[in-house]
Amino acid sequence: MNSYRSFRDLDWPLLLITLAICSLGVLQIYSATHDTIWRDAWWKQVIWIGGGVFLLWIVTYIDYHTLLSRVYVLYGLSLVTLLAVIMFGTKVFGGRRWIPIGGGFKLQVSEFVKIVIILLVARFMTELKKEELDWPDLVKIGALVGVPMLLVKIQPDLGTALTYLAVLAVGVVLAGLRWKYFAVIAAAIAITVPIALRLHVLDDYQMGRLTTFMDPAKDPRGKGYQVIQSKIAVGAGGLWGRGVTRGTQTQLQFLPVPHTDFIFSAFSEEHGFVGVVVVLGLYFLLLMQIVQNAQMAPDRAGIYVCMGVCAILLFHVLVNVGMVVGWMPVTGIPLPLMSAGGSNILSVFLMLGLVNNVRLRRFVN
Amino acid sequence: MRDDTKFASGKIAIFQYIMVGIFVFLISGFWNLQVQNSEGYMEAAERNRIKSIPIIAPRGKILDRDGRVIVDNHSTFKLILSRENLKPAHLRTIADGLNLNYDELVQRLHRFRSRPAYEPIIIKEELTQSDLAFVESHRDPETFPEMELIRGQNRLYPREGFAAHMIGYVGEISESELDMPQFIKYEPGSLVGKQGVEREYNDSLMGVDGQRQEIVDNRGKIRQILGLKEAIPGKNLQLTIDLDVQAVAELAMENRRGAVVALDPRSGEVLAMVSHPAYDPNRFAGGISSANWKELLDNPDKPLLDRTIQAQLAPGSTFKPIVALAALESGKIDENFTVHCSGGASFYGSYRKCWWKPGHGTVNLHQAILHSCDVYFYTVADKLGIDTIAKYAQMAGLGEKTGIDLPHEAEGTVPSTAWKMRLFRQKWFAGETISVGIGQGALTVTPVQLARAIGGIATGGVWQRPHLVKEANLEAGKRGDVNLENVMRVINGMYGVVNEWGTGASAQIPGLDVCGKTGTAQLASNAVLKNTALGHTMTDNSWFVGFAPRQNPEIVVVALWEAGEHGNLSAPIVRDVIKAYFDKRLRTSPQEMLAQLPQFVFASTGMRAAPKATPEPVVLQIPVSKPPADQVESPQ
Repeated sequence: MNSYRSFRDLDWPLLLITLAICSLGVLQIYSATHDTIWRDAWWKQVIWIGGGVFLLWIVTYIDYHTLLSRVYVLYGLSLVTLLAVIMFGTKVFGGRRWIPIGGGFKLQVSEFVKIVIILLVARFMTELKKEELDWPDLVKIGALVGVPMLLVKIQPDLGTALTYLAVLAVGVVLAGLRWKYFAVIAAAIAITVPIALRLHVLDDYQMGRLTTFMDPAKDPRGKGYQVIQSKIAVGAGGLWGRGVTRGTQTQLQFLPVPHTDFIFSAFSEEHGFVGVVVVLGLYFLLLMQIVQNAQMAPDRAGIYVCMGVCAILLFHVLVNVGMVVGWMPVTGIPLPLMSAGGSNILSVFLMLGLVNNVRLRRFVN
Repeated sequence: MRDDTKFASGKIAIFQYIMVGIFVFLISGFWNLQVQNSEGYMEAAERNRIKSIPIIAPRGKILDRDGRVIVDNHSTFKLILSRENLKPAHLRTIADGLNLNYDELVQRLHRFRSRPAYEPIIIKEELTQSDLAFVESHRDPETFPEMELIRGQNRLYPREGFAAHMIGYVGEISESELDMPQFIKYEPGSLVGKQGVEREYNDSLMGVDGQRQEIVDNRGKIRQILGLKEAIPGKNLQLTIDLDVQAVAELAMENRRGAVVALDPRSGEVLAMVSHPAYDPNRFAGGISSANWKELLDNPDKPLLDRTIQAQLAPGSTFKPIVALAALESGKIDENFTVHCSGGASFYGSYRKCWWKPGHGTVNLHQAILHSCDVYFYTVADKLGIDTIAKYAQMAGLGEKTGIDLPHEAEGTVPSTAWKMRLFRQKWFAGETISVGIGQGALTVTPVQLARAIGGIATGGVWQRPHLVKEANLEAGKRGDVNLENVMRVINGMYGVVNEWGTGASAQIPGLDVCGKTGTAQLASNAVLKNTALGHTMTDNSWFVGFAPRQNPEIVVVALWEAGEHGNLSAPIVRDVIKAYFDKRLRTSPQEMLAQLPQFVFASTGMRAAPKATPEPVVLQIPVSKPPADQVESPQ
C-alpha cells in the first residue's frame, strides 16, 4: 500500500451521510414491516449494508484505472450474465431479474451492470481524440450501452434499463456534443418514442403504468391504486408526520410494498414534511459530495466515473421520489440506500467505493 | 488518456444547478401534498381505514291483545354499497347478479348523490340464496370492493294479506315524507311504516340503528373495532286486536270485496279489522318492485284501499236506528206512531217505493225497524227535517273522523242545509231529506264510523273513540244527551231484526241475544246504473251491523260486502264474528263462564228459557246461514 492512500483520506462526510440515510432506511423498513410477513427485512438490510461497507472498502484498494483497463472483459461478462438471467433467472412478480446465490439470497444482475456501464462510458469518453463527439462515436457508444439496456428491458425492467441511459447522457454531455447533434438526437427521440409506443415496444404492463400515470383516477383500484394510496400516505403525513409505526396507510398495507419501492411514501407518512426535507437534504449533500469528488478528480476518467455514479443516483432519487408524489410513472426502481433489497444496496456501495477510489488518487498525476 | 481535468468544469457547474432544481422540484411536490393539502389526504387516509357498518335496529313486534305475535321479524342479509369504492362500470354486473333493475339502481344512487360518500346505501333488503352466492363470489377488495353484506331484520307479516290494511307495511322513506313533521327526524334510506299501525306507531316501533366503526386493512380485514354503538330495538306494540276474532272475520269475508270492523263499544277497543281484497305486505318488506306496485295501483278492486276507514259509502238502512233515535229524542214521534205502508208513497211530487213491494201495512216504530220499512222512515225523515237528522247523526260521530289510531281516515258525509250551502251554494230541498231518512242521498259513512255509531247507541249513548292500542284512548267517551228509554226502544227494534224474524234473522245465535240491522245501499239511482258499463261495481252494497248482548254489549260488528246486493247476506259474517268472540270468552275460563251464564241469560230479553242445570256446551250450535225463505227476497 502506498502512503498516500490512508484511512484518513476516505471521504468521511460522504460515508457519514450514506450511513445516516441507511439508518433511516432500516428504521423505516422496521416500521413498515414489523407486523407483516417481511418482519425480518430490517436486519437483512443491516447485513446487506454491512456487506456494502465491506465491498466499498475493498473497491478503494483496486485502482480504478485497473478496472478501466479491464472494462471490456467486465462488459462481456455482463452480457453473458444478463443473457443467463433471461434464460435461467428466478422469476418474481412476473419478471426474470434475479440469479440465486445460495442461502435464499438472490442478486439482481442489472444492478451491478450499472457499474460496468459507468466504467465503460468513462473509458470510452477518455479515449476520444477530439473535443467533441462525432456520429461514429455516438453510434458506437450508443450500441455498447444499448445492448445491455435491451437485455434488461426484456427482463422486463424498464426502470433499470433507463438508468444506463442516464449514465450515457451525462457522459455524452460532459464529453461534448455539438448543438447540431443534440438537436438531431432530440428530434429523433421526439419522432421515435410515439412510434415505438404505437408499435407496442413496451409491454402491456409498462404501457399500463404510463397511461395510469397520466390519469390515476381512471382506475382507482387497479394500476392507479398505488399512486393514489401513495399520495394519500404522503399527504396524511402532514408537516410533522404521524410517528414511527403510526402511519395507517403504511401499517394497514394500503401502501403497496412500503419497504421497497414505496419506502419513501411510508417515510413521508410517518415523518412528515420535516422528515422529507431532512432526507432529501441528505441525498442532496451526498450528490454534491460526489460532484465535489468529480471536480477534484486527478483525471478525466475519474470525472466520468464520479459523474456517472452521480447520474445514476440522481436518476433513482428523481424517479422514485417523483413516483411517490405522483409526478413520475411507477417504474419500480428503488430508492438508493433506503429501499430494502440487497442488490441495490451492494451496487450503490460499490459505486460509492468507486467515488472514494477516485478521491484517494486525487494527489497523483 | 488526456488529463486536463478542467475541461468540463462549466458543465459540472450546470449539472449542480440542475440538481438543485430537481430537489426543489421534488420538495415542492411534498409541500403541495403535506403542507398545502394535508387535511384532504388525512381524511382520505381515515376513510381508507375506518369503515362504518350500520347495525340495523329490529322493529318492535306487533302483538295481539293476548300477546300473540302478529308481525314478527326474520333475520336477513342486506347488501350495502360503499360509494367511495364504487366503480360505475360495476353497477350493471351487480344489478344483474342481484336481479335488480339497472335503471332503478342508477336512479337510486342518483337520489343519494347529495349525501356524504362514506354513508353506505342499502341497495337490496332481502338477499336470496343466489344473491348471497353472487355476493360471496364477487366480494373481494380486488374485484368488487363496493359490496358489503350486513345483517338485518326484516318484517314478517301474516300471509295472504291477513289484517294487512290495519297492520300496514314498512318501506323506505320517500322524499315527500322526509319533509313531513312526523318523519322529520329520519334520514333518507330509513325504513319507516308507510300504512296502518306500522305508520301510526312508527316512532315507538322503530328502534335506533347502531353503528360499528372498524379499522380495516387494504384487504378489508378487520384489525380493530374502534367504536360500537349498539342498536336500540324498537318497542313491541300490543294491539287490542284479538287474533281469533280477526281470523274468523277474515275467513267469514272469504274473497268478497268489503270490510269488517269489530269494536268493544264499552271502550272503543278494536277487536278485528278486515278489508278485502288485501295485498301481501311481505311484498313491501323487501322493497316492492315498481311493476308489482303498479299492478296493485291499477287493480280495479283497489286492494290498497283500507275499506274499514276509507270506504265512504251510503249506509242504507243501517242508518235507520239513528233516524229512529232522532225522531224519538226530538219528540216528533213516540213509539206508537204508525205509518201505513202500501209499498210506496208520494213525497213532494215524486213517488218513493218501499223495498217490500206488497207493502208492510200499518207499522209502528218497532215493526218499522224490524222489517226496515222504507215508507215509515220516509215519513219520519220528512217530519224531522234534514238538520235534526244531521244533529243526531253527528252526535253518533258520523261526518267526522272517529279518531282511530290509523292514518288516512276518511270523514264521510252528513248532509245538512249548512253543508249544502257551504259546498254547493244551494238551498236544501225538502225532497232530499226523504232519501237521507233511509241512509241514501248524500249521506256516506265508513264502516268504522258505523260501528262506532251503533256501538254508542248499544251502550246507551256513549260513543267511544275506536282505537287499536290500549294506551291510545285516555279520554273518556262522548256521552250523548239521550233518554235511555228511547235508546232501549231502538235497541229492542234491532233485537227484533235478528230474533223476531226481522230482516237480519240469519245473524241469530242461540243462547245469545244478538241485535242488528241490515242495510242495502245503492251506489247510484238504478236508472243511471243501467247505462253504465260498470255493472258489477254499481251493484248494491250489503251492510250489516250487529252487537251482542242486548244489555251491556261487549262487541259491535259491522260487515260491508260491496256489491253484496242484500243486507241480510252480510248478517252471517257479523254472526260468525260475534260468535267467535263469545265462544272464546266463555271458553277461556270455564269458572268465569259458569259464573256469568245465569246472569248472561238473565240479561237477555227473558224470552229465553231459564238456565239449565248443566250449561250449554262451550261450542255453540250455529244455525244454517240461510235465512227463512220469506226473508230472502230483498231486505234493506
